[in-house]
Amino acid sequence: MSPDFLYAVEVILNGLMAGVMYSLVALGFVLIFKASGIFNYAQGVMALFAALTLVGFQTGQVPFSHLINAMFGTDYHNWSNGMNNFMAIVLTMLVMIAFAWLVERIVLKHLVNQEPIILFMATIGLAFFMEGFGDLMWGANIKVLDVGIPSGGSFWLEDVTRGWAAEGSEYYGMYIDVLDVWAAVIAVVLVVALTLFSQFTKTGRALRAVADDHQAALTVGISLRAIWVIVWSIAGFVALVAGIMWGSKSGVQFSLSLIALKALPVLILGGFTSIPGAIIGGLVIGVGEKLFEYSIGPMIGGATENWFAYVLALLFLMFRPQGLFGDKIIERV
Amino acid sequence: MKLTKLTAVAVAATMALGTVTASADLVFPSLSYRTGPYAPNGIPFADGYADYFTLLNERDGGIGGVPIRMIECETGYNTEKGVECYESTKGEGSLVYQPLSTGITYQLIPKATADGIPVHSMGYGRTSAANGAVFSNIFNYPGTYWDAASIIVKHVSDLESGDLNGKKIALVYHNSAYGKEPIRTLEELSKKHGFELSLLAVDHPGQEQKSQWLQIRRERPDYVLMWGWGVMNQVAIQEAANIRYPMDQFIGIWWSASENDVIPAGDGANGYKAVTFHGVGADFGVYDDLKKHVVDTGKTAGDGSNLGTVLYNRGMYAAMLASEAAATAQKIHGVGDITPQQMRDGMEALKVDQARMTELGLKDFGPEINVSCANHGGPGLGAIQQWDASSSSWSLITDFVEADRDVVDALIAEDSAAFAAENNITPRDCG
Repeated sequence: MSPDFLYAVEVILNGLMAGVMYSLVALGFVLIFKASGIFNYAQGVMALFAALTLVGFQTGQVPFSHLINAMFGTDYHNWSNGMNNFMAIVLTMLVMIAFAWLVERIVLKHLVNQEPIILFMATIGLAFFMEGFGDLMWGANIKVLDVGIPSGGSFWLEDVTRGWAAEGSEYYGMYIDVLDVWAAVIAVVLVVALTLFSQFTKTGRALRAVADDHQAALTVGISLRAIWVIVWSIAGFVALVAGIMWGSKSGVQFSLSLIALKALPVLILGGFTSIPGAIIGGLVIGVGEKLFEYSIGPMIGGATENWFAYVLALLFLMFRPQGLFGDKIIERV
Repeated sequence: MKLTKLTAVAVAATMALGTVTASADLVFPSLSYRTGPYAPNGIPFADGYADYFTLLNERDGGIGGVPIRMIECETGYNTEKGVECYESTKGEGSLVYQPLSTGITYQLIPKATADGIPVHSMGYGRTSAANGAVFSNIFNYPGTYWDAASIIVKHVSDLESGDLNGKKIALVYHNSAYGKEPIRTLEELSKKHGFELSLLAVDHPGQEQKSQWLQIRRERPDYVLMWGWGVMNQVAIQEAANIRYPMDQFIGIWWSASENDVIPAGDGANGYKAVTFHGVGADFGVYDDLKKHVVDTGKTAGDGSNLGTVLYNRGMYAAMLASEAAATAQKIHGVGDITPQQMRDGMEALKVDQARMTELGLKDFGPEINVSCANHGGPGLGAIQQWDASSSSWSLITDFVEADRDVVDALIAEDSAAFAAENNITPRDCG
């Protein structure tokens, strides 16, 4: 095979892997939008906050230590040497559940039946609050996140594919980051688990009922407020997974909240209400932007990925405004 | 009656002025960013800047006996907020601005020049501001991006026994005005030395760089240079480690050269290099004084955890150069309570030799500084630092070497002349 063909395959493979990473972020948006019609602007910050909290537990950091030390002249930084990954993840999940409960009690409860734009604005406020709160709680320094997921180029794939190129050509084998492969596996497990949960559990069916028609759901005794807490908790869990995968790549830092920008074209393309749409949308965006950068990018100065993802999403939008898998909105007069 | 009232007002005003004079101080604004995505880099710099001024106040009673008052204003590394900070603090008698952002610097160049306040964009901002004949109030000593690009190429050339002909060098850069700064210089240097230059732009914030590093893996450049900032640095170093690119052939600018940039990649970052214009670590006499007068007395600006880091040292160095310029201004004008215009004169006459550096507890921390009317960017020297992951520390692996002045000075002259023509500036006669 020609090296150029193999390079194109490599780009597609890596695009698929990048797409999975985008999908992990997009999933959180979809869950909340599907259940409550809220576009949660704070989803990226939730991923950051979850990752910060996880590292805080892993390292045994005292929350608000900077504030405590400044106020009382103390010198507290760590309350222990930390804890194992499993315990840290469980405790972080509990924090995210508490966060969901607080969001419902403090924000959403007061905004029932408000226009979607009001709820959207509330999540913008929430995002800014959480960013500052996370900073105050855990500090602004960059934190190393290691939950034991392997990373780095796969030697195996390189060795296997090195001989595929035509003899005499300079080909070094195909590259794929093992961390991305793990992200793909985790995303598949996550989607299967979410699908099973929504199809086969009582709570899942209640979530779907609220998503279909929340007023009808209320009439059959489903508590809208309880459902909101559940769905924000699940979105918190998805944010934790996204935070772990992205944080493992770059360290946990406040730029992590900007990963939400990568999820927006995925949502436009896949639809705001479809879990499979978030995955397929992610894959299409990932492959599309990487192939464009590979083939056209060098001719126009590169750095095309950010804007091309949106162009691709807008092209789809012209033909399917609800996205590939989104629900078609039909309003009867 | 009217006259009595006027007299009373005049007396009150005189008394008020008298009070101001009595409590005169030297105002140094600090446009810091302790919040937002770039806070991990903004905090150590701001701490170093503040702690050095605290040291001068505590140990020496300020500069020339006049106490220092530092005003910190949070920019969040946002250009609009930076300009707001400038506008809200310039009336306090601010002597010099360190904008700490190329974007803010570009905004302040015309404003500060009109207001007669000097700007010190130390190792960033508009490179051609090094031409003091055109940019009377802007200083970017001790080095510019173009100096840095040329120093890196010199280092690479040394590694290749002086022959770069046919070699491939890739530049991974932040797709912004800052990231694009070295391109022109590198293009000139590629013509001069015969190396092939490839340019790889990374969009803000730089969290996803797979395409760029796949391209590097395909093209196998002999050296990769980086002009990155924030998360872009950490991701680039991690991606380089992932594709097993030789780290000692990966060289960053001084803003891609902090502990924050290499620690997340762990052992993978071992051997990564960067150019710098100052020393590394805490093995300098000034740290004994900082410990005695600032740390042990609980007067540090932060929690004290950043002392000795690259960006803390840079902040401290910036404060040292500012205070030396203020002392020079005091000597020139024979007053303690200097004005921004006098501070500018002090900056333009700044000389810091090794004897003075030793006196300040900063022996061999940086090259000698010798600013002049024509040269606001000198001396344009830089050294290469290298990361050792096992000891989590940087060390200088070269001496401070000079940039390729033939190439850099010609570019500065060309760019500053274009700026002067666009803005109807008649260059000063610097003799």
